[in-house]
Amino acid sequence: MRRWILVGILAIAVIGTGAWGYQEHQEKNAMMIQAENNYQRAFHDLTYHMDLLHDKIGTTLALNTNEQLSPQLIDIWRLTSEAQMDVGQLPLALLPFNKTEQFLSEIGNFTYEVAVRNLEHDPLSEDEVEKLRQLYVSSDEIRQELRTVQHQVLNENLRWMDVELALLSNEGPYDNLIINGFETVEHAVQGYSEAQFPNLIAGMPEQHDGYLNISGRTLSEREAEEKVREEFNLNDDLTLSIAESGEGAQLPTYSASFDGQEEHGYVTLSKQGGHILSFMLNRDVNETQISLNDAQHRAEELLADQGLENMILLQGSQYSDSGVFQFIYQQDDYHVYPDRVQVKVALDNGDILGFTTRDYYRNHKEREIDEPKLTLEEAQDKVNPSVTIQDYHLAIVEDNRGDELVAYTFLGTIDNDTYRIVIDAETGMEVYVERLNDVESKWG
Amino acid sequence: MEIKKSRFLTLCIVTLLSGVMFLYPVSNVNAFSEQVIQHGATGEDVIELQARLQYIGFYHGTIDGVFGWGTYWALRHFQDEFGMPVDGLAGDQAKDMLVRATDYNKDFVRKNLEEGNTFTHYGGMPWEHQVKRHHSGRQQTPAPQQQQDQGEQQPAPEKQQDQAEQQPAPEQQPDQAEQQPAPEQQPDQAEQQPAPQQQPDQAEQQPAPEQQQDQAEQQPGPEQQEDQGEQQPAPEQQPEQEEQQPTPEQQPDQAEQQQDTDQADTIDDAPIEPTSVNIPDGYSQNDIQLMAQAVYGEARGEPYEGQVAVAAVILNRIQSPIFPNTVSNVIFEPRAFTAVADGQIYMEPNETARRAVIDAINGWDPSGEAIYYFNPDTATSSWIWSRPQIKRIGKHIFCD
Repeated sequence: MRRWILVGILAIAVIGTGAWGYQEHQEKNAMMIQAENNYQRAFHDLTYHMDLLHDKIGTTLALNTNEQLSPQLIDIWRLTSEAQMDVGQLPLALLPFNKTEQFLSEIGNFTYEVAVRNLEHDPLSEDEVEKLRQLYVSSDEIRQELRTVQHQVLNENLRWMDVELALLSNEGPYDNLIINGFETVEHAVQGYSEAQFPNLIAGMPEQHDGYLNISGRTLSEREAEEKVREEFNLNDDLTLSIAESGEGAQLPTYSASFDGQEEHGYVTLSKQGGHILSFMLNRDVNETQISLNDAQHRAEELLADQGLENMILLQGSQYSDSGVFQFIYQQDDYHVYPDRVQVKVALDNGDILGFTTRDYYRNHKEREIDEPKLTLEEAQDKVNPSVTIQDYHLAIVEDNRGDELVAYTFLGTIDNDTYRIVIDAETGMEVYVERLNDVESKWG
Repeated sequence: MEIKKSRFLTLCIVTLLSGVMFLYPVSNVNAFSEQVIQHGATGEDVIELQARLQYIGFYHGTIDGVFGWGTYWALRHFQDEFGMPVDGLAGDQAKDMLVRATDYNKDFVRKNLEEGNTFTHYGGMPWEHQVKRHHSGRQQTPAPQQQQDQGEQQPAPEKQQDQAEQQPAPEQQPDQAEQQPAPEQQPDQAEQQPAPQQQPDQAEQQPAPEQQQDQAEQQPGPEQQEDQGEQQPAPEQQPEQEEQQPTPEQQPDQAEQQQDTDQADTIDDAPIEPTSVNIPDGYSQNDIQLMAQAVYGEARGEPYEGQVAVAAVILNRIQSPIFPNTVSNVIFEPRAFTAVADGQIYMEPNETARRAVIDAINGWDPSGEAIYYFNPDTATSSWIWSRPQIKRIGKHIFCD
């Protein structure tokens, strides 16, 4: 009797476990299919968008009128950004697929820049037409490769989940048709892109020519250590670990870290000249004792100690327990926006919690500033009349391409919003207009 | 003619007032703390500053305790109108002047901030009309009935005699006067003495502290003014550029007492919390939270600079042409971050991770402008080793 009861219980348990397991399995499958569907959609979208992109570039080549050209180029720009979005949704992050992504972004930049300029005054040049033709050829190549991969995916019922698994198991070369297909695409772009866009290889081309004005003797590791100890008044018995930067660094640096009793510090300084590029101190900050204004004075003292002169406050913000200040360089009457220094001050005792002079050393030099061609009034006329101008100054700013130019900067308001409006002092163009938004209500 | 008369009148009043000033030294009870308040500051002093600036119609934004651009321009206009050096800093001079020229209904402000109501703090309007209980809009448009009744263009200052008796309601009409109701009624008193429009008679017996910067421009209906003026010298105030006339605080005690008795039991000393925060460069608090989760999931065991560096990599990717352009797209790019793949991103980040993210957004980048990093002990891709390495921080190698 007892045995039967036991058997019964066990049977129920087995059936129960089976049912539960089956249900789990079903759920897992459903999830897998869901994830797979997302990948599939992104992938098919990508092939479609590349196809369309190719198409549009082709049509553009045949266009004759400028009125048609602008919208067409804008359309290409839109498609590149769609295609980039698609790529971003595919599990390709660890695949060498970045050449293709860069290629897309370059097409986007190129078409956008041409599209927004006044094509009546400044029509497509020979070079640009040639570039478009090249783009047409290579987009065809990419398109074909992608369509081939797509065909294989559809024909052989390939799953992106398998790509995931292949990438997870690592240790290439991968034996996976999709991965191989994408590698071929990448290969096709590579041959093209190096010829056409010389700066394609750089991750961030606009920042590449920095640090030209760093001067001074090259420091040895020992000297760097001494410099750090001296600069931050570190005891001799405090261990300081110091490391050199690798070949990938834009500027050769030493980094030093140290642990005090309650704080942890990290300093980066340039090998050449031993300029302190960045300093961070992490510790618990107690209750706020000093005002943001006092903190600003501390920050200014620090700048003086660091030998940074003619710095003016651009912005100060109080966070929960610290004040962060942005200073910019001032040359004569010009606010030099690219030469920027940030300082962070603890609001409990006013200690410096960090500063970074990277932007300053990247851009700083004594500039030969041309007198502005436009008068203040002329520049002011270029500002939207519904803006109430509250303040203005002359400035050196960077435009979209990272070139410096002389400009009038206006601070103005419309109702309760404040804008910074930058007008090129030579051409009167609006370089940019930004809404200054640095306050947000707490959600919830 | 009229203008001349009123100028003469003002002069008389100013003279009279200076006398009054000596007789009634102003006490700064319950006012600002010692600090110089500047752009970017947060806290209770900022709340008071905003409320007081709003009281006299300089500030039209939300009273949220964060000294943003709106507060900055309001303060500058205030300094300009009252003949102070215009520096956008609320130092002793500006604070003193504000305390004299305005009222601050602390309990009203506290109550509404704590309840999360949308409210304003204009002088000369009943408090209860300035509160909107539900969060239906970011800002209540203070469209007081009274204003319409009293004539659109000039909120003629003659109309608040009764309130003025107890609390000076300085009339102030900066440039924005058209859009915004200049503070007209003293709300507390309005309750007790409703319908101020009906009280011209009473008005005659009562002093009306007034303040008009530029009478010529504003055409302040001088006739009525004169009448009153003749009967009793209404202490007027005219902040001319050079000489500063502090606004009369004739019966501050009375006013305060009144509030005290009204709300004696609700007063407590806990600081009023701001309802907004400073955010760096247009990053929402939610973006910061999301990044903090990613940093915490990826690098919580790392030294502080390692955490800042991971946050900096996320930001560098947003800048980079080969990566998506938003925080969420970069973080959730498939296979970009292991913490996303294994769900560690859904853990609650600690304060250090949050601080690291804010530092990174504010410009610190210990990674040396890296866009990749990997843990050499667990890295699964041989490709990642081929990237030019920038430096190693903790367990991570950062590369270009």
